[in-house]
Amino acid sequence: MTFFFETLLGGLLAGTMYSLVAIGFVLIYKASGVFNFAQGAMLLFAALTFVSLHDQGVPFALALLLTVVVMIIGALLIERLVLRPLVNRSQITLFMATLGLSFIIEGLAQGLMGSQVRALDLGIDDVPLFIGGMMVSQFDLIAAAAAIVLVTVLALLFNKTRIGVSLRAVADDTTAALSIGINLNRIWQIVWAVAGIVGLVAGLLWGARQGVQFSLSLVVLKALPVLIIGGFTSIGGAIVGGLIVGAAENLAEVYIGPLIGGGITPWFAYVLALAFLYIRPAGLFGERAIERV
Amino acid sequence: MSISLTRETAPAVLIQRRVPIGLIALLLIAFVVVPLTGNDYWLNAILIPFLVLSLAGLGLNLLTGYTGQTSVGAAGFMAVGAFATYGFLLRLPELGLPVALLGGGLISAVVGFVFGLPSSRIKGFYLMVTTLAAQFFLEWLFVKFPWFYNYGSSGTISAPKLALFGHDLNTPLGRYLLTLTTVLLLTWVAVNLVKSQIGRNWMAIRDMDTAAAVIGIPVVRYKHLAFAVSSFYLGIAGALWAFAYLGTASASSFDINRSFQILFIIIIGGMGSIAGNFVGAAFISLLPILLSHAGQALFGGSVDAGQLQNLQKIIFGVLIILFLIKEPEGLIRLLSNLRERLSHWPLRF
Repeated sequence: MTFFFETLLGGLLAGTMYSLVAIGFVLIYKASGVFNFAQGAMLLFAALTFVSLHDQGVPFALALLLTVVVMIIGALLIERLVLRPLVNRSQITLFMATLGLSFIIEGLAQGLMGSQVRALDLGIDDVPLFIGGMMVSQFDLIAAAAAIVLVTVLALLFNKTRIGVSLRAVADDTTAALSIGINLNRIWQIVWAVAGIVGLVAGLLWGARQGVQFSLSLVVLKALPVLIIGGFTSIGGAIVGGLIVGAAENLAEVYIGPLIGGGITPWFAYVLALAFLYIRPAGLFGERAIERV
Repeated sequence: MSISLTRETAPAVLIQRRVPIGLIALLLIAFVVVPLTGNDYWLNAILIPFLVLSLAGLGLNLLTGYTGQTSVGAAGFMAVGAFATYGFLLRLPELGLPVALLGGGLISAVVGFVFGLPSSRIKGFYLMVTTLAAQFFLEWLFVKFPWFYNYGSSGTISAPKLALFGHDLNTPLGRYLLTLTTVLLLTWVAVNLVKSQIGRNWMAIRDMDTAAAVIGIPVVRYKHLAFAVSSFYLGIAGALWAFAYLGTASASSFDINRSFQILFIIIIGGMGSIAGNFVGAAFISLLPILLSHAGQALFGGSVDAGQLQNLQKIIFGVLIILFLIKEPEGLIRLLSNLRERLSHWPLRF
């Protein structure tokens, strides 16, 4: 039984890592209706930039700050060069534009900073702790704490500040928001910058886990089932979805995997997401679209 | 647009069927000039992949461009076609190549139908993610179960002897003609399909499925049909990709990047256009060759392959975004605009 709970807990903690990636998606989708496939590439780019700076001898805090600046500049460029010309196009067009964007960012990141695996040391020891007889990774606990802090900050930003209110207004009804004088371009810049910073946090944690390398941008594929389960428009949903996916994946790999040949992690989360979709077509917390003819 | 409209409403006497000179010329080039003049490099490295990718684009376009159901699992269905055709050729060799191909397509259609079932309840991006489920599940399936690749140690499938009515098709020319004939037949079917009631219903669903349901189109049935037909095309394209082009394939020949490649073909070529697939496939298959030649010429091998690949990736991404901004209806729209302008030349209107 301890083993069961250990697996469950490990899964839940791994799930918070998925949530971190999914939150970046939700932010952008909420504010601009863009399904941002480039989130994984942004994650890779942020982590690579940080590691490159750190390897050059730049101190930790300064490297972090510089990376944040780079991500903000990136967000401004994306808004100006990609989003603004595509305003008012269909969602699917914007999605495909972000596919193109992910190619550009990946190419740039690897072209400028190399494609070898970089080790990233955040100064967190990955030693197992024993809590109530269960083995828990300290690193996972800190990652989960980072996720909680991030979500709290985002919740405050969304609910308590003027920017947050305009963000929600844009998400609710773009035309109405425009007509009361909200600067849509500015909102998009902010949202993409915030998503870039969320990507940085996720990139650092994932990078410390598995090394900073190209496969980091594939984390995005892990986050999609999380989004499906939680719904595209809910940050809380991204958290819950991440926890569900993490726990279910770990349990399934241990208990179902051996029955059908193992290695089922790449698709199990997707099948789980499908099951959820059959019951709730817009995810657990997503808004149900009302269609009019 | 306005011209085609007057044509449809004009009295029958006014519509004179012109001899499709362009089409006949193209067919002559494809069937006579190319086999006479083309060398093995051209056939193997350029024409065969171009044709197969066109077919795959066509399959995806029926689903995404005509029915409006975005799919990023195209390569998964191609894998089904390839492995199923291999299974038929291996275990029931008396069927012969055409039947095996057809069987591979049909099995792929069944798989596509099954993975398309959620489309009855889900749409948009949520549906797109379910097609990713198909992609990853199918890839895993063809790696994990050795039955599919006949218990080989490397997990690959290679073409058994390709032969048709006693003719050996294992030369580049034979494989080219096999591909060309298959692609042309299926394109002809597709052209008629999208003009039929089925195609019109698909387009109604694409434009607005709620409205389509209101006017009495059985939306769910036609969505499922679109998934099945699209997978049929993709399955046959997958079999050709494996046996006519690669020769030896494995599940990794049909990974997610292949799916994206096919999606790009239809974006760049033109969604909801049959000819667009060919233009898009030509662009996608020629661009890397052009870029690497240009890289060779410019830097003379002083730049390493990795950097060149990164550069290629960036150029690719930029081109996709440019296309979406400048010409959302794809290259085919660009070409038809050009033709329109030329037909009035030197007048300007």
